[in-house]
Amino acid sequence: MTKKIVVTGIGASTPLGGTAPDSWDALLAGESGARSLTHEWVEELQLPVTFAAEAKVRPDQVLERVEIKRLDPVAQFSIIAAREAWADAGAPEPEPERLGVDWATGIGGLWTLLDAWDTLKEKGPRRVLPMTVPMLMPNAAGAAVSMTLNARAFARTDVAACASSTESISNAYDHLQQGLADVVIAGGSESCVHPITLASFSSMQALSRRNDDPATASRPYDVSRDGFVMGEGAAALVLETEEHAKARGARIYAEIAGGGVTSDSYHITAPDPEGWGAARAMRAALEQAGASADDVTHINAHATSTPVGDIAEYKALLAVFGDRVHGIPLSATKASHGHLLGGTGALEAIFAILSVRDRVAPPTINITELDPEIPLSVGAQTQPLGDGDQLVISNSFGFGGHNAVVAIRSV
Amino acid sequence: MALTKDEVLAGLAELINDETGIATDSVELDKSFTDDLDIDSISMMTIVVNAEEKFDVKIPDEEVKNLTTVGDAVTYIVNAQS
Repeated sequence: MTKKIVVTGIGASTPLGGTAPDSWDALLAGESGARSLTHEWVEELQLPVTFAAEAKVRPDQVLERVEIKRLDPVAQFSIIAAREAWADAGAPEPEPERLGVDWATGIGGLWTLLDAWDTLKEKGPRRVLPMTVPMLMPNAAGAAVSMTLNARAFARTDVAACASSTESISNAYDHLQQGLADVVIAGGSESCVHPITLASFSSMQALSRRNDDPATASRPYDVSRDGFVMGEGAAALVLETEEHAKARGARIYAEIAGGGVTSDSYHITAPDPEGWGAARAMRAALEQAGASADDVTHINAHATSTPVGDIAEYKALLAVFGDRVHGIPLSATKASHGHLLGGTGALEAIFAILSVRDRVAPPTINITELDPEIPLSVGAQTQPLGDGDQLVISNSFGFGGHNAVVAIRSV
Repeated sequence: MALTKDEVLAGLAELINDETGIATDSVELDKSFTDDLDIDSISMMTIVVNAEEKFDVKIPDEEVKNLTTVGDAVTYIVNAQS
């Protein structure tokens, strides 16, 4: 029998704020987290892109010094978000063997790897610290979350580029349905605002070059969009069976009604131009939710602000919703927080959950002229969602042809 | 110029504090790294690598297992300096 899976806690450290509520407030206020980078390496290396959306609160403002030393930033952000979500859920006390972790990252411990490489070249192998591999491995962040919260059912890590943490929420849904746990911490993290990633994404023409005006650079669906803005941070959700949540009297934000995961098998970086894989993922999420496209009241789009990606997603939306999509309140929140890669899906799922709670579609800033080929219901104004039942989908698509969608329902 | 035993102890205590968070005044000569300070092998190797750099000495891997107490490490480092 299908169980109802509910969200009882949220946490996030993002370019918009150090917590989920602060990030939501900044999003609703139309703020941007993108700023010029002040690191010496930006000028030293003559990077073509000189800005990003770094996390607003640095981990060393929150964590103990020893935690900072033993964890790569990707794991530091992870435990910050997970602890907030756990406290927000009322610090439940499940049996450790019934508490699981479905975590995600797109890249892993990049800073640790590259710092260790510098140390090796400059000082020799003896100076490469023994914690290097345990800090750089992609599962380190999820393992840190499991150790922080004493989760012993499982600690799994999904790696699917920019779809990673939407997949991890879908995985958590499945694991709870399978009875592998009563409570799962799901989410994802990324911290790779690093010269290597800026240079690489820049080489493939994926990043916006609006160096003189970072706050307006991420502009999904705008006719002059020229690429995404690299973000940083983590987001975490506490998911549990409704039975477990009600038994402990937990506050319930919303229901995770279903997930859909597909692959394009088309190209390593380009989306299928017709968006078939993305459309199948949306349909799969709706099918698992026992809903139809007609039930959807709000869409949190992937919409990274790249010329090609935004069109491909629009075609997929059109395939699923038909003309009705033009009237569904839609938000492309990367306009404000940039692209958190492996952390982005979980953050946008949190925003979708808060949209359901507050019955508003958050603003999409920076659209000065909507691309006439993408006439969606999107813009700088907050859109009301009305009083009725809400069903939201949150989309994420990643390099490798990964498509992931979660469906969120009001309770 | 070679450091005194007290100076090496103070420097080592800083490295241990930095790696593990253990208070520097808890790092005393008769304390065992494992039994008293609860330092695991991976932290121990990190402290050794950092101590080599800080005190400009070599501590071969085969010697590390002989450094049971803080005093053993201080003595080894003081002698290795000279």
